[in-house]
Amino acid sequence: MLASAIIVFREVLEASLIIGLVLAATRGIAGRGRWIGLGVGVGCAGAALVAYFAENLAALAQGAGQELFNAGILLLAVGMLGWHHIWMARNAQSMRDAFKALGRSVQAGEKTMRGLAVVVGAALLREGSEAILFLYGVAASESESSLRDMVMGGLGGLGLGALCGTALYLGLLRISPRYLFTVTGTLIVLLAGSMASQAAGMLAQADWLPTLADPLWDTSDILTRNSPLGQLLHILVGYDDRPTGIALTAYVMTVGAIAGLARAVKNQWKQPAPQTPLTTVERSHPSAAPAIPSNQAPR
Amino acid sequence: MPVMKASAEEQVLNIAIQNHVFSANTLEAPAGQKFKILVKNLDSTPEEFDSDDLHREKLIPAGKEITINLGPLKPGSYAFKGDFHATTAHATLLVR
Repeated sequence: MLASAIIVFREVLEASLIIGLVLAATRGIAGRGRWIGLGVGVGCAGAALVAYFAENLAALAQGAGQELFNAGILLLAVGMLGWHHIWMARNAQSMRDAFKALGRSVQAGEKTMRGLAVVVGAALLREGSEAILFLYGVAASESESSLRDMVMGGLGGLGLGALCGTALYLGLLRISPRYLFTVTGTLIVLLAGSMASQAAGMLAQADWLPTLADPLWDTSDILTRNSPLGQLLHILVGYDDRPTGIALTAYVMTVGAIAGLARAVKNQWKQPAPQTPLTTVERSHPSAAPAIPSNQAPR
Repeated sequence: MPVMKASAEEQVLNIAIQNHVFSANTLEAPAGQKFKILVKNLDSTPEEFDSDDLHREKLIPAGKEITINLGPLKPGSYAFKGDFHATTAHATLLVR
């Protein structure tokens, strides 16, 4: 039971933290609950498909199918996170203005929501398929009494993982709206860097990229990646106690490119007379508590 | 396109998993050069080769064999495990 709980928790944790961050980063955007819900649904269905076809996937590309698939999924998510961050650089001011007008949400954000739904779906697809394969293995090999243990453990892990994402979300919401997007934006960029370094690791594993130095340094005596804090930092900002050269290169290049582009876009939009590319829309229940629109219930 | 494969003398290590236990407790590999580990899963359920030390995580479908491309590595000891049965499936790679 404990093994099921631990594995499911670990696989769910990453997706859950990403959903928590995405929910906080899109506070005030209309229809975000719908888009993220769609990402979760499609991601779970996709995870089942990937688990079912795992054998076929593994056999592709001279046995490097898994790595190339995972790297592709990760890079897609990196692209969407980057796009979101650059979009926010252009629109953050009007988002903040929209917050000040209580009970309003930003409608033009649906475009970036589509991208973030992809990020959420991609995270569930990757992590979920591993959890499904593990549980399938337990279910196939063990007796019926342990099957109940597995279900209990799995549900426990799922609940605990979801709790961590909720905690991150609620924690981020305590930040004043003035700084919220600065904090979530920074976290989004670092998450993109983390995913890019994972993708580079996958490509190194497939022997498509050299590892460069392995390991580049060793900080496992200060903070191991396996500790709860190390795990959290690994998921959110890409912490690795023994990083490879290629992972660090991918990380630095991604963070630099996204932050640089966002800065350039921001400056470019500052030059002309202040314009607000966003329209705001009155919510149907403006009297409701302004801070948390109804579709924000954390998962 | 894939990076050019290393020379033909690239070392290949073999290990199997049966009843959720690795067939060897330790593997030895030379430092400073590329090599491969072929991992065969003899069980009827999937397993996942997993190592934080080696930065590797790869599913092994039931009855299948996968290749783990590694190196060049610094001398040291690198732990790896079958993530789905981590209590029984664990071993060490010694690089010298």
